Amino acid sequence: MLHTVNKSPFERNALDSCLRLAAPGSAILLIEDGVYAALKGTAQTAKVEAAAETHEVYVLGPDLKARGIEESRIIGGVKIVDYGGFVDLAVAKGTVNSWL
Amino acid sequence: MSEEPVFDTQGVVRKFMFVNRKAPYGTIYALEILESVLISAAFEQDISVAFLDDGVFQIKKGHDPKDLGMKNFSPTYRALGGYDIEKLYVEKESMEARGLGPDDFVVKVQVVPAAELSKLMAEQDVLITG
Amino acid sequence: MPYTVNGNTIETDEEGYLMDLSLWTQDIAAAIAAAENVDMTDEHWQVVNFLREYYNEYQIAPAIRVLTKAMKEKFGAEKGNNKYLYDLFPYGPAKQACKIAGLPKPTGCV
Repeated sequence: MLHTVNKSPFERNALDSCLRLAAPGSAILLIEDGVYAALKGTAQTAKVEAAAETHEVYVLGPDLKARGIEESRIIGGVKIVDYGGFVDLAVAKGTVNSWL
Repeated sequence: MSEEPVFDTQGVVRKFMFVNRKAPYGTIYALEILESVLISAAFEQDISVAFLDDGVFQIKKGHDPKDLGMKNFSPTYRALGGYDIEKLYVEKESMEARGLGPDDFVVKVQVVPAAELSKLMAEQDVLITG
Repeated sequence: MPYTVNGNTIETDEEGYLMDLSLWTQDIAAAIAAAENVDMTDEHWQVVNFLREYYNEYQIAPAIRVLTKAMKEKFGAEKGNNKYLYDLFPYGPAKQACKIAGLPKPTGCV
């Protein structure tokens, strides 16, 4: 399963709920305002780093670029994908769960 | 115009879970998902409905939104049994975090911890979350 | 097309369902039935009243499958079946009877 999160973790609980309910081994893709969860050195970083130990965690590159977030500021265990990568993930994982 | 839509699903039964995460009335999500659940009932799929986060407030007893000019749709959850939708889950952590208990709901639900709901979600073919 | 009942104009949507469900009366039901060419008998009223009770309890108009099941539970198999309901309401029990009962079109009904 692929979980997508599109809300900032500083404003909403979508990421927390996703992390609580996403089964180990499933994939999590941060998109739109959800990409702020991929930043190093924030109040959210520790939980995302922990999630990257048990899940595949991705972040959507175009949404990082749009928000001026450099690759160097992304948590090590989080992989950057483009739109094609998003589609590949959705196909590979079969079921998509959108945390809105 | 037929009474109910007829689609050839070739006898394939998929597992659908509707996941409610938003409080009622403030946004349209709760009502839209409820309508989707009712429509999906016509397709004879394996349907379940989960309530977590602020979604647990959707089924709290005693709604009365008429002064807002809105319809109280919480009684409709009690109609789901008649549509053969019997699997209603509430996430225990969300319920308890909001000071609610099993007796606060308008409809009979199974209260399940996050770990169990996580497994149920992982079994689904389709998840519709709002 | 609005209905005129006892000198009052009752607004409907383009398919003839009441815009304001709270305005429903038996006279309005009779006017809708006349427009639908349904000759209301006690059996028709029983279905219409049953639909109104269902709506009051659940706030939705039931799908036909759900209506027949609920009718069967309350009135028995001879009334809780498609043929009985279609004989009473030839254009579809859920659709036509709901309209006469002043309810919205059943959800999921296209």
